Amino acid sequence: MTTTTSGGTSDRGVIHDIGYRHYTGPRLGRRHIVTALYADSLRGAYGLGRSAKSKIIPMGLFVLMAVPAAILVLVTAVSKVTEIPGGYTSYTFKLQALIPVFLAAQAPVVVARDLRFRVMSLYLSRPLRRDDYVLAKYAAFATAVFALLVTPLLILFAGALLLKLPFGEQISGFLPALAGDILFALVLAAIALMIASVTPRRGFGVAAIVTVLTVMTTVGLSAEAIAAEHGSWTLAGHLGMISPFSVVQGVQTWLFGADNPAPAGPQGTAGGLIYTAVTAAVLAGCYGFLLLRYRKVSVS
Amino acid sequence: MNATVAQLTARSLFGRRRILLLLALPAVPLLLSLIVRMATGPDEQIARTLMQTLTLGTVLPLFALIAGSGAIGPEIDDGSIVYLLAKPIRRSEIMWSKLAVASASVVVLAAVPTFVTGLILAGTADRLALGYAVGVAVGGVTYCALFLMLSVLTRNAVVVGLVYALLWESMVGGFVSGAQALSVQQWALAVTEWIVGARAQALGVEAGVPLGAAVPLLLVVAIGSTWFAGQRLRSIRVTNEE
Repeated sequence: MTTTTSGGTSDRGVIHDIGYRHYTGPRLGRRHIVTALYADSLRGAYGLGRSAKSKIIPMGLFVLMAVPAAILVLVTAVSKVTEIPGGYTSYTFKLQALIPVFLAAQAPVVVARDLRFRVMSLYLSRPLRRDDYVLAKYAAFATAVFALLVTPLLILFAGALLLKLPFGEQISGFLPALAGDILFALVLAAIALMIASVTPRRGFGVAAIVTVLTVMTTVGLSAEAIAAEHGSWTLAGHLGMISPFSVVQGVQTWLFGADNPAPAGPQGTAGGLIYTAVTAAVLAGCYGFLLLRYRKVSVS
Repeated sequence: MNATVAQLTARSLFGRRRILLLLALPAVPLLLSLIVRMATGPDEQIARTLMQTLTLGTVLPLFALIAGSGAIGPEIDDGSIVYLLAKPIRRSEIMWSKLAVASASVVVLAAVPTFVTGLILAGTADRLALGYAVGVAVGGVTYCALFLMLSVLTRNAVVVGLVYALLWESMVGGFVSGAQALSVQQWALAVTEWIVGARAQALGVEAGVPLGAAVPLLLVVAIGSTWFAGQRLRSIRVTNEE
């Protein structure tokens, strides 16, 4: 067993040779480990490289998200209308019941196993740092969520172009939706991973994530609707921010001019600024929590 | 019923952080009803909407999912179920004991808060509070039995249960009226409709199935799934997580 300090990249000792099989090739270092961990976690989020059983849920949800888009394209083709029914931005909103299921089912897959089987020490015995681990896992899961959200949009967009619908209209509908989905993926992945990283038990993690997301969404929408019914639009706008979906939707509406299906949404410039600030705060808060959480994970 | 099994189940259900979720879920409609009451005063229509969509439609399935799968899921997951199975207790008795604990938690932590929510928003008018509380109790017991069975059948019980509770009942059931006949929520609502009585239609408490069909269906699903889970528990394979 040899312990070497790789020059400059890390100030700690790094175990390269655990005495099992010797390796004399090049050592690729920290950046390559982060990329490899990212790629492996991303594949793992969809069950690729794992048993057929663990592919059923992520792949099933992926198909469920995409099939309505294909149907919409077919409907557009048959009925010869000049726009996609419902448009781009509301697609994610309409299918939002599926998204918490994916988040809840797959976020524990990304992080809980490493905690449960206590293999963090193996990762950290390499030049990988704790913050790198968080970055790789978060980036991988956010990409997985983004892939889930963006595939139906791409189907809609490709279908619209194939049907020769007016390009200007389509691109001005598609781009805000694309930007919104990037935000959705970043925020939702951060919230789900934060909850999943607290518990090494998979079943409990699933229940906790879905409870938090569903309850916040339902409470946000009901509170917003009740306040809107009484005509207090500013209050309704603020109450809508309880729901993580509405917050991101609000930012999307305010920044990119997308349609907002929520009862009130952000009111005026002040409302838009608050929505953006809340989104940024949620992102920073969850990511900061993850960093702190993984500083405390014991390596022994 | 076996008192020791019930006691162990209760300890694992209420002992850890799971209790936080079980307390937080019913607290949400309760808090919301307080806010609405202070903002607008008593309102039967809001009471119905809140208890229908939030309590019966969202909180109850989630609560029963956590209680039902939490009663046996962790034991199967970490393999400690073998110590229980090695004891000379009938497997069906184990399931009935676990169902009893999960059902008790639904009645105490979900049905009672629903009753209070109803009282806050609508008072005792039209027995709305009582109707929804009883609906939540009977629906909750059936959900618990269903999710207990799922936990014995599959490792992914929570996700499968979620897809059923959130997608089948709220999305498909909302569009396809035939799907309502196969929804625990509608069966529970039929009981609520019966208790509320004459003014049910006017208030919008309308179940997709008649009471005469709902009650037998509730009983058959609750008893049948617990019986079937007991059968499956006789030949369960305890394997490691892949």
